[in-house]
Amino acid sequence: MSRSRVGDRAVLLHLAVIAALFLVQFVVGDYQHLSLARVMVLAVYAVGYNILFGYTGLLSLGHAMFFAAGLYGAGLTATYLSFGVPAAFVAGIVSGLVLSAGIGLIALRTTGVAFMIVTMMFAQAGYLIVLYFGAFTRGDEGIVLTGDIRTAHLFGLTLDLTSATVRYNLALGLLAVAVLLSLALVRSPMGRVLVAIRENEERARMLGYDTFRAKLFALVVSGTFAATAGAAYGLMFAYVGATFASIQYSILPLLWVLLGGVGTVLGPLVGTLLMFYLVDFASGYTSAYMLVVGVALLGLVVWFPKGLLGTLREKRLPWLP
Amino acid sequence: MSDSKKNTTPPSSGITRRSALKGFAATGAAAAAAQVAPGAVRYVQAQTSEPLKLGFQVHRTGIGAAYGRWYERVVNACVAEINANGGIAGRQIEIVAEDDGTDPKRGAEMVEKFATQHGVDIAFGTLFSHVVMGSAPRAGELKLPYYVVSEGYHVASGALNRYTFQPGITDVRSQVMSMAPWVAGNLGKKVTMIYPDYAFGHDHRDYFSEAMKKQGGEIVELIPIPPTETSYTKYFPKIPSSTEVLYHVMVGPGVLTFVKELGEHFGSNRPELFGFIDSLEAVPLASPGLEFLEGTYFWEGYPRYAQPDQTPYDKHYRQAVGVNDDGASVNDPKDISTYSHMFGCWETLYTIKQAVEASGYKGPKDKAALVEATEAITDIPWSNQHPQGDKVFNGKMHQVFGHQNISQVANARLDVVHRTSIEDGMYENDTDYTKMPL
Repeated sequence: MSRSRVGDRAVLLHLAVIAALFLVQFVVGDYQHLSLARVMVLAVYAVGYNILFGYTGLLSLGHAMFFAAGLYGAGLTATYLSFGVPAAFVAGIVSGLVLSAGIGLIALRTTGVAFMIVTMMFAQAGYLIVLYFGAFTRGDEGIVLTGDIRTAHLFGLTLDLTSATVRYNLALGLLAVAVLLSLALVRSPMGRVLVAIRENEERARMLGYDTFRAKLFALVVSGTFAATAGAAYGLMFAYVGATFASIQYSILPLLWVLLGGVGTVLGPLVGTLLMFYLVDFASGYTSAYMLVVGVALLGLVVWFPKGLLGTLREKRLPWLP
Repeated sequence: MSDSKKNTTPPSSGITRRSALKGFAATGAAAAAAQVAPGAVRYVQAQTSEPLKLGFQVHRTGIGAAYGRWYERVVNACVAEINANGGIAGRQIEIVAEDDGTDPKRGAEMVEKFATQHGVDIAFGTLFSHVVMGSAPRAGELKLPYYVVSEGYHVASGALNRYTFQPGITDVRSQVMSMAPWVAGNLGKKVTMIYPDYAFGHDHRDYFSEAMKKQGGEIVELIPIPPTETSYTKYFPKIPSSTEVLYHVMVGPGVLTFVKELGEHFGSNRPELFGFIDSLEAVPLASPGLEFLEGTYFWEGYPRYAQPDQTPYDKHYRQAVGVNDDGASVNDPKDISTYSHMFGCWETLYTIKQAVEASGYKGPKDKAALVEATEAITDIPWSNQHPQGDKVFNGKMHQVFGHQNISQVANARLDVVHRTSIEDGMYENDTDYTKMPL
């Protein structure tokens, strides 16, 4: 099979998934409709995380700071500077971009376990900064976005963010962009370089690639995706709080990616979706639902060590990107 | 129905998500969807004999679990009592309890689940402020009447929406300011405050400082403690020697360490101590390390220990919930209740009963009437339904105001030394939810 046909098949699969998500909204009940919108926004976060972790091999334990940068970048500008939804959204994205570039310049001087610890430390500092500036952020309690900020005005269109339909389709649009950008990236020469770094950074460097620059690129893209998800989450669901800057929200994208398939474009979406429904389903039966999640993850390690799509790629679909 | 706009102005033409959903109803796909279809559909044919479904957002796990366990016991006891007495407007209550993990994201999901999957009439019970803040916007946008039991100032501050109420427990601003006259008059006017450095602590800092100044008092030092702190020794030297009263409010597992280290710092030569029982809810006062608190004072929303002048209402409430005169479970005297807060669930349920019956609520189409009936509540009498005390509900603020108690630790129990008036905790602000559209 030629490489282009393989590529076409991959593109078609991703487009089909997006189309399927579009159609799903017409058949699911209201709760699933609301939940899927939330899951898709969080999947953007996971897709971004996967670029750094899955494709570049850098395990960050501090991505909540980027998510929170987007969340607060959008929420604070909307609240205190009266930014409209589009401007606040862009402010959130820019916040994440600038922060990830700054953090990357420092943290990428480390590798392996040290990188994990440094990113976690930065994220913890970020969390405490949110609490420290409680006069503006209301700390752990957070800020509710109300009034005009629940309506977006863009290119003559007026979008009501309190509408479930609008939120669903905005989330889908965001996810589609994230997935297709991620697909384009991993199939681009830069994507190959990132994979080369993941597999053997020394060898990539010996081949003449500037691995620091490539890793910084990956971190900035990943952090910006996270911030985009954070900004969208805050604006769509009208709440901005410190919980989203806590360590828990650095671990979650890692679990989503592990569950769905490390280094697969659609794995983060699958993982986010499965984790949501696993928690939602298990919590209906037991308050020890996190134990159920833990057992599921153990099962994953045993039977799907590369995540669901990762294992599927290994055993059945070698063309899966 | 998830799309609030559609509720009031249904599209006149074109294919909407809703019409498409109907179109797919006969298909296998819709059959699967039907398992999770909103309960609202069923209410079209709802009979008044159908149970009134109340979504109980409970902190079974996470940081609020100790509170959540007791909130759930109180809710179960109260629902059993209401149902045994004929229910609400002749309808039995059906509780749909879901754990939100004390997490604002999950809390918002719970509210969505209540509204669209379980098809509840009303949601209630949320305690931790950040979960309320994360969940309330969804309740407002889904037009789901949402009665929180949080004591946060978030409702009365105007930050939330027309559908969110706090009728069963007073808010922290009211609690804090009502303490100031007694503290200034009996313990001293020079106060140092130690508080957690997040929103809950900041409310204490701001509103107690303001109230003390009105009493001619002075805050000589503010000592915020970062929430990640595990040892407090290094903060105590910051307490000025001129301090007459040390005001402390520490919440979380560090409280025993805090008290122990405070005792080691001061020894027998301590200033007067005034704290909030939030620190010691669900914690036995006889715990090792708490001896230092003997003779100090605490705010109590509702006195944990049965007092000599115990009302028949309190006796009734303790018996119904299964709490003994020491505020512990009758089944396990070591299992201490969250007595100062959990009554809020009991009183909220009776307020819901009052509002539902006053509004003639039959189903979701009557939600606006239910909101207005809740806003119309004013005076709440001291009774079996409201055992903590009489109260005044402010319909504009959606917040209730009531009495507070100041208790002294004596022989490892708490004895009430002062009960504030409702007026001590009253304040004015610009909040008027009644101006918001329904």
